[in-house]
Amino acid sequence: MPLSECSLEMLQQMKLKSVDELFADIPKDVRIDGLRLPDGLSEIDLRRELESMMSANRPASSMPNFLGAGIYNHFIPAAVRTIVSRSEFITSYTPYQPEISQGMLQSLFEYQSFMAELTAMDVVNSSMYDASTALGEAVLMSHRISGGDRFLLSRAVSPEKKIVARTYAKGADIKLEEVAFDPATGLVDLNDLKSKMTETVSGFYFETPNFFGPIETRWEEIRRIVGAKTLVIGVNPMALALLRPPGEMGADIVIGDAQVFGTPMNLGGPTIGVFGCKQEHVRKMPGRIIGMTNDLEGRTSYCMTLQTREQHIRRSKATSNICTNEALLAVAAAAYLAIVGKSGLREIARRNVENMRSLSKRIGSIKGFKAPHFEAAHFNEFVVSSDHSPEKIHKELLRNGVQGGLQLASAFPELRHSSLYCTTEMHSKADHDKLVSALEAVR
Amino acid sequence: MRYHQAVHEVPTLFESCERPTSREKFDPTLGGMLPKDVVRSELDIPDLPERDVIKHFINLSQMNFGVDNGMYPLGSCTMKYNPKICDDIVSWPSVADIHPLQDISTIQGALRLMHELEKMLCEVGGVDAVTLQPAAGAAGEFTGVHIVRAYHEAKGETRKEIVLPDTAHGTNPASAAMVGYDVLDLPSKDGCVDVEALKAAISKDTAAFMLTNPNTLGLFEKNVKEIAGILHDAGALLYYDGANLNAIMGKTSPGKMDFDIVHFNLHKTFATPHGGGGPGAGPVGVKKRLEEFLPVPRIIEKNGIYSLDSDRPRSIGKVRAFFGNYAVLVRAYAYIKMLGGKGLVSASENAVLNSNYLKERLKGDFELPYAELRKHEFVLSGAALKKKGLRTVDFAKRLLDYGFHAPTVYFPLIVDEAIMIEPTESESKETLDRFVEACEAILKEEPKLLHDAPVNTARRRLDEAKAARDMIFSWRAYKKKTEQGSRPS
Repeated sequence: MPLSECSLEMLQQMKLKSVDELFADIPKDVRIDGLRLPDGLSEIDLRRELESMMSANRPASSMPNFLGAGIYNHFIPAAVRTIVSRSEFITSYTPYQPEISQGMLQSLFEYQSFMAELTAMDVVNSSMYDASTALGEAVLMSHRISGGDRFLLSRAVSPEKKIVARTYAKGADIKLEEVAFDPATGLVDLNDLKSKMTETVSGFYFETPNFFGPIETRWEEIRRIVGAKTLVIGVNPMALALLRPPGEMGADIVIGDAQVFGTPMNLGGPTIGVFGCKQEHVRKMPGRIIGMTNDLEGRTSYCMTLQTREQHIRRSKATSNICTNEALLAVAAAAYLAIVGKSGLREIARRNVENMRSLSKRIGSIKGFKAPHFEAAHFNEFVVSSDHSPEKIHKELLRNGVQGGLQLASAFPELRHSSLYCTTEMHSKADHDKLVSALEAVR
Repeated sequence: MRYHQAVHEVPTLFESCERPTSREKFDPTLGGMLPKDVVRSELDIPDLPERDVIKHFINLSQMNFGVDNGMYPLGSCTMKYNPKICDDIVSWPSVADIHPLQDISTIQGALRLMHELEKMLCEVGGVDAVTLQPAAGAAGEFTGVHIVRAYHEAKGETRKEIVLPDTAHGTNPASAAMVGYDVLDLPSKDGCVDVEALKAAISKDTAAFMLTNPNTLGLFEKNVKEIAGILHDAGALLYYDGANLNAIMGKTSPGKMDFDIVHFNLHKTFATPHGGGGPGAGPVGVKKRLEEFLPVPRIIEKNGIYSLDSDRPRSIGKVRAFFGNYAVLVRAYAYIKMLGGKGLVSASENAVLNSNYLKERLKGDFELPYAELRKHEFVLSGAALKKKGLRTVDFAKRLLDYGFHAPTVYFPLIVDEAIMIEPTESESKETLDRFVEACEAILKEEPKLLHDAPVNTARRRLDEAKAARDMIFSWRAYKKKTEQGSRPS
């Protein structure tokens, strides 16, 4: 491409004939001659091409979608988009210069504040990549807190999370072991937990609601069994509008995903990993933390703090390598929670529970179906089991323009007749009707 | 000096006036739908009018500085302009409102985009296969180092060490350690890898050498082929940290330089906005012989139909749930499509031109350690400021008063009082000239002005020690502290 006049002027000022001279330090034997990529498109052509390509996707608006399993379709108020569309937020870097970055820093502090309140934890950092990597980091942090080379996690955890946690654990040579769930309730099998909870274990991870939807009731006994080891609890932050916060269940570390607060499903990314802990563990925590302080004139101000835990200072001794995180999504979560407020959040949560109860009841009354499969209280997800093969049900639903639940057979052979369904405030009665009549038609 | 940032007094959301809401006591069991022992009693979050929330965040945004506000020459961070069409596209329902576990027949557009992006990154990186899964540059390193480990383990070898130059980004040693490696720091010679020292450091315990090229001083490591040979002869791998890829697109490639594993920072080179600290994306590319170790699933194309392959026994597994930061991938795809091959080359040329122009204009004002010719960034030393009782930090803070974001400071570690400047290709000559004028004006100012800087920003310098001491990380913590009577001053 020809250089602009200004570029030519700069070259002249540097007494150079061509821009090639600036690349003279790249030896000939490693040179390449340009890129074999097509020429650039104008904005209008790019838009046209992408519209055509993306028309091969079927978004939730064109097909009722009953998937959850870690990614949730919730309503996003227009005001949230207005806030996170601000250039000053979107185009800034990590706030290394706090004096000129107070907007981002205060927003992140408010995100931390909302999440600390919802989880009842002392500290929540300013974000991890997602819930799966947050679990991976929690495994490593448990090891830093309690030693031990084994980490226990409930079997009722998403396969995506388990496989990511395993990658993190491998680096530290920590062995992950599953604790069974009760086949009737889907809740932690306390006897299995007791038998595996030995001296070489660093900690235990369970979720409430767990991957299959059941809400854990025996948290006191679990805390007792885990004893002095590290207890990590996974949450759906949306459900915390109603549910007892993990801080009141004795959690040492809390993880989750705040995608539910103002971030679209985005094919699963970006989402925002929630990571909280007790104050006493804060120096062992990964990730960026924003703290409150004053400026020279005594005005309340915010800055990144406890950075001596981090890679740019501590290098190979850092608590984690994480640097870039999901800051803008934290702003979205703070904006979402501020917009809906306490009463709005409770109302949304109520609709989720009501929708779940009404839909599971309707499905459960169809001949050949059982819902919810587990006898427990649920939030917005539940397992449906059936005499028909889940594969066949899925295909029938798809043919009728419905995306059904997640088939559990491959990750959980014991639930090979089951699928995991999710319903949120986004589903209308018509969406439920469409699903139910399609299920009724399965033969 | 014309710049002045907005200064608002914005109380936290938790201190603001609430809207009137129902006084009826809320029943968290929802009339018995949830058991009593699993519900919460308190929830202390405010109910605010939408109007006030918007005012709150818009005023906060005005106290934040982004690329769209002005020059952001943060070295190694490549703060280039982010085309707005890319943000627009990711707001389309067909892009945003899809679930990762949908039947793959209903996400063919997304899979195609990712598959094509993999191919485009292969071309830029000179590699044979790419995974898009890692969520950030550091996650890319973590992935790459896991591939290193899997490669050696597959050969039945346990190598314990990763070697790094002392100019490396902090994420490199941190990532290596997370995958279980010991880290060996290699002192540089004239700002580049000391080949003789490298030869002496490499042993049968060396798993890989991680290198940024051009390095963090902006110098091109000319001996890279020889370095690759040394590593490969020892059975070790060469890892490319892609933070500085913006300097070399179409001129050379990591693959051409014989690197085995490469990570790309899409939020740097491919113009996806950094969002105040993320989301980013850190795809990883590898040479053919390492492809089998890439994370699952792999996207497979056959006759225009896209499917997923997870049956790969030697894969390192997964480093993030689902497909990675897809909305970031879409933006990067749109950017590459809009620039095209020639546009990317031109981006690198202009980035290097801008950097060298700035360096030429500033080298009389500051000390410029190491060789002259730089790529996309250069590192000055502010050591001479000490004579006036000043430090690099004072200069950096004063730049804020002139409406420029500060460069990266005190990195790389081998330059005393380092000032690391990366203008990127986005800035015009006029802006670069204004930046030089600002730097020169600051050097002529009374030291007190620098000491007191910044004064035109939303806040003056912060008491960062107090933040670490008080440990107030949330409104809850603040309330607790004030209730205990030790109100933070």
